[in-house]
Amino acid sequence: MDRRDLLKTMGAAAGTVLVANGLKAETPEAAPTAEPVGILVDTTLCIGCRSCEYACADAHKDAGVEYEENADFSVVRLTSEKRWTAVNKYETAKGTFYAKKQCMHCLSPACASACLTKAMHKNLNPPGPIVWTADRCMGCRYCMISCPFDMPKFQYNKAVPRIEKCVMCAERLAEGKKPACVENCPSGALTFGNRKDLLEEARKRIYAEPEKYVHQIYGEHEAGGTSWMYLSAVPFEQLGFNTNVGDEAYPTYTREFLYSVPFVEILVPTFMLALSAATKREEAVEKTEHPAAGRKG
Amino acid sequence: MDATIGRIPRPGDELRRVARLVLQELKPKGKVLTPFNVTTGAIMAVAAVLLVIRFARGLGAVTNLSQDFPWGIWIGYDVMTGVAIAGGGYVLTFMVYVLHLEKYHPIIRATVLNALLGYVFAATSLLLDLGRPWNIMNPMIGNGFGVSSVLFLVAWHFFLYALMALVEFSPAAAEWLGLERIRRVLKGMTFAAVIFGITLAFLHQAGLGALMLMARNKLHPLWYTEFIPVLFVVSSVFAGLSLVIVEGSISARVFAHRTGKLLRWTHEDIMLGLGRIAAGTMFAYFALEIVTVMHGQKWALLATPMGLWYLLEVLGFVLVPGALYLMAYRARNLSWVKAAAGLTLFGVLLNRLNVSIIAFRPNAAVHYVPSWMEIVITLAVVSAEIWIFRWVVNRMPVMDFEEVRTPEARPALKRTVAAA
Repeated sequence: MDRRDLLKTMGAAAGTVLVANGLKAETPEAAPTAEPVGILVDTTLCIGCRSCEYACADAHKDAGVEYEENADFSVVRLTSEKRWTAVNKYETAKGTFYAKKQCMHCLSPACASACLTKAMHKNLNPPGPIVWTADRCMGCRYCMISCPFDMPKFQYNKAVPRIEKCVMCAERLAEGKKPACVENCPSGALTFGNRKDLLEEARKRIYAEPEKYVHQIYGEHEAGGTSWMYLSAVPFEQLGFNTNVGDEAYPTYTREFLYSVPFVEILVPTFMLALSAATKREEAVEKTEHPAAGRKG
Repeated sequence: MDATIGRIPRPGDELRRVARLVLQELKPKGKVLTPFNVTTGAIMAVAAVLLVIRFARGLGAVTNLSQDFPWGIWIGYDVMTGVAIAGGGYVLTFMVYVLHLEKYHPIIRATVLNALLGYVFAATSLLLDLGRPWNIMNPMIGNGFGVSSVLFLVAWHFFLYALMALVEFSPAAAEWLGLERIRRVLKGMTFAAVIFGITLAFLHQAGLGALMLMARNKLHPLWYTEFIPVLFVVSSVFAGLSLVIVEGSISARVFAHRTGKLLRWTHEDIMLGLGRIAAGTMFAYFALEIVTVMHGQKWALLATPMGLWYLLEVLGFVLVPGALYLMAYRARNLSWVKAAAGLTLFGVLLNRLNVSIIAFRPNAAVHYVPSWMEIVITLAVVSAEIWIFRWVVNRMPVMDFEEVRTPEARPALKRTVAAA
């Protein structure tokens, strides 16, 4: 009895340790089954109040995000290292619309696949946000070259620069909260949820009012699909969206090259050794016929 | 082996001898205050001040880089072009050690040294350009193995290739220091280093081109093609050869006192031969360029201003110097070869700058143009490279070596060297 108890205790202790260790380790494993989260932006509902910008600056003031009190809507304001999200005003044939832009948080992000240290990577708890880790990044800025939406921004005026962009409030999501911008949107233009459900919701809105919306969800397929998705009353290029990004996931463009690397690494040395062996024999023959080096002409 | 008689040599003796030799050799040889030294010295002094500003206040303080143009000339010239023109290292080792083209043996050390320094300085420039250079070893030590990144591949292949070039060059250093036993060990590693090095060079040359594959919306379609990695490898062949010709022509004059008999006799032959090989690869490259235009149905783009710029690059600085190389070879005209090499190098510079900077976001409202400070720092890097090249050539058997081979192993070759 005593021995069995001892074994039980040991087993329980070992189990606890395993579970305790497993808590952290399990998150990535659980990720593929977990639904990616996202945000749906209905630009027809946006009133251009910039509460999202304010909430973003408030939530990330430690990272240096600033809110501009008197932003000028007559010029297009891009996102920057100090402005992770920007609302712009667009005059179209169907009226005035506002569109909030920020990192799109691609499902297959170009920036993360470009990153040689995995400093830029997809957060998995919950899956969706693309985030950046300071102690890994070497500041090569290849993520900026690769991003089809030009979202990663570099601090050119810092001795210890960071790459900055919207992080979808990853730390708030981990606590079960919504992103700051979504929580503070007064007009209902922003909806947070599972990406799959958001797509359903977006389609529902298009079907319910087919005249109101263009029949496209920007971000459903763009660059292989993004976590941020948009509904619009006018073609997306009229709201300043890049409609040339294509539907291919960006890492696909480098896939063939990367897959060919081991082939080259196997075939080139083989070919070199064969060439060397072949020419060595010829050379030996040649040498007996023409013993002089420095053959001219 | 200058152990004094009557005393048993101690292990420290050899080390002390080498240390003394190195200290002695550190001193400059020849006149110090030459116009070249004064000019390059001044450039380096200014660059040193600029670099203090750069590291104290960030990249924006000295460069014109922006959010839209994250890469400037330190990448487009120092790294992209620098690595392409250092391609002579792998091409020449291929010709000499794999194909056994003994004719090119006399220039192998100068070429490998050039490649090695080219890589070291490309890496130095990269360190200046990186925002967080203290993390540069991360992809090596595994603080994030970004295996899905082309840049990860480039970093590793670049780093390992530089090591291989060092191994290939190391026998020269061992000879300089009089370390015969070490020299033999290092020499024994050359062939393996060559084979491995060629493979690595192929992949990082290609990889530098593949970096732009995800920039498909930003790079002008005449320069963006899926075959950009292949184009980069092929152009690195004639880029490397052309640099070998330019460097060889200058060295033949500047380092005449260091040039061995064999090299002096074969110099012209070697230059002409290299020119012919360069011509062949340039015609192949030109054909590839035509294929990419055809394949992508980009004919209409040729009639635009960017199209003319593209035509200038592939006609004026690939086809024309290629033809000139061939004519020079036929006429055995050394100055035409040099002219062709100069044009080719300019063409490669143009191509790498087009791919990384000029044809990148061609419609941008504010296009990147390097600041004078970026240019000064680049010039300083090139100057330092030349200084070190000169220092090494003036001390080590680089241009006057005649391969010492053990007669038992290669009796035929021993004879040929002696006969020359």
